[in-house]
Amino acid sequence: MQSGQTIFDLLALSPPGWGGNLLRGAIHTMEIAIFAYIVGLALGLAGALAKLSENRVLFWISETYTTIVRAVPELLLILLLYYAGTTVLNNILASYGIAAVSLSGLVAGIGVLGFVQGAYSTEVLRAAILAVPVGQIEAARAFGMNPFKRWHRIIIPAMLPYAIPGLANLWLILTKDTALLAVVGYSELALETRQAAGATKAYFTFYVAAGALYLALTLLSNQVFRRLERHLRRGMPRHH
Amino acid sequence: MDWSWVSTYFPELVSGLILTLELLLLSVFFGILLAVPIGLVQVTGPWYLAMPARAFCTVIRGTPLLIQVWLLYYGLGSLFPSIPWIRHSFMWPVLREGFFYAVLAFTLSFAGYEGEVVRGALTGVPRGEIEAGRAFGMTPFQVVRRVWLPRAIRMVLPTLAGETVLQLKSTPLAATITVMDLFGVANMIRQETYRIYEPLLLVASIYILLTVIITRLFRIVETQIPQRR
Repeated sequence: MQSGQTIFDLLALSPPGWGGNLLRGAIHTMEIAIFAYIVGLALGLAGALAKLSENRVLFWISETYTTIVRAVPELLLILLLYYAGTTVLNNILASYGIAAVSLSGLVAGIGVLGFVQGAYSTEVLRAAILAVPVGQIEAARAFGMNPFKRWHRIIIPAMLPYAIPGLANLWLILTKDTALLAVVGYSELALETRQAAGATKAYFTFYVAAGALYLALTLLSNQVFRRLERHLRRGMPRHH
Repeated sequence: MDWSWVSTYFPELVSGLILTLELLLLSVFFGILLAVPIGLVQVTGPWYLAMPARAFCTVIRGTPLLIQVWLLYYGLGSLFPSIPWIRHSFMWPVLREGFFYAVLAFTLSFAGYEGEVVRGALTGVPRGEIEAGRAFGMTPFQVVRRVWLPRAIRMVLPTLAGETVLQLKSTPLAATITVMDLFGVANMIRQETYRIYEPLLLVASIYILLTVIITRLFRIVETQIPQRR
């Protein structure tokens, strides 16, 4: 393949090796994924509450949101939101007389992926809330808990065991979706890899290295979520 | 909003739509063909087949599809031209195109995800039914062919609709390796007309429409399949 350069030279952490760039990209990927996940959870909780509320308008807003986001390819959504999102935000700011802002790639990426993630989280959280036995919520009410306490003490702890498998899945999808930001030019792991591979022509080496980093992230996340689920299910009856 | 470009680019949009459908149908078809053995060997096969199948599913499901597409296109794509007998084979015109690598990557991806579903379905077949097959004097192969696999495939069918929609939503990745699918055409129109949103919005609505059609089609197919419980 390459003249004289071994895999170790190519993947060395300091230049002329590209390993440092890849790791930096991986850290950006993690940053984006973590923050987008939090944004997605917040949107998902709001969406789930809207879907379960008596208010028809809120219900339909949430229903439209989840239907459209889940039917359009992520790559297309990311492109649309990445360009349109900034314009819409600046139009809104301008109408309040605030000067236009230019979003950094990081903020835009988090916003876009969080928005997409929110639609999927809505469905997971809605189903989990519905799975909480009504009797438990009625008991909380009978004990005189106010709505905040009911959520804090009963509904959220009781729904989490149902939500965790779905939320774990969403996290894994999200970490892989961050790669799509490479298409809009944000330098996370996928784009760093593409640049390294393009510059050195060592395509196999770098794409396999990037794949290994993503895979490590996935396997690590699996372990974390398995522990988390065991912890959250500690009060639940054991099946089988 | 200006939509005057739609009539000018109508032929390109149609050919993009056809290419998107080709990507979807080819990868789902070959993906299913691959997924059945991949799922099967993980449950019934010897360890030297089960282990690689298991590893294949883990790697496919643990890495982004975009990286897989790029690995195949740039990696294999840079390797093939240097091998003379491939260069001069009748397959070369196909192997030169991004389309081939897109279909290959999507097929492997679909097989990885669906193989996991087949595996789950196989372990979900009640033990009693498999034992009944054995009690009738069927050979292990007959048990798989007559009882185990048919039962599992019936359990997999309802997941196919969802997986196919997910697959449809992955096809735009082909545009990153020069395939002029629906999304690729939208990007071309954007570059030529300087309209940023309209082409994307049009294509997005076509994808939504396709999703609705796929969901309906599978619902019709599912009602045709007899369910015995």
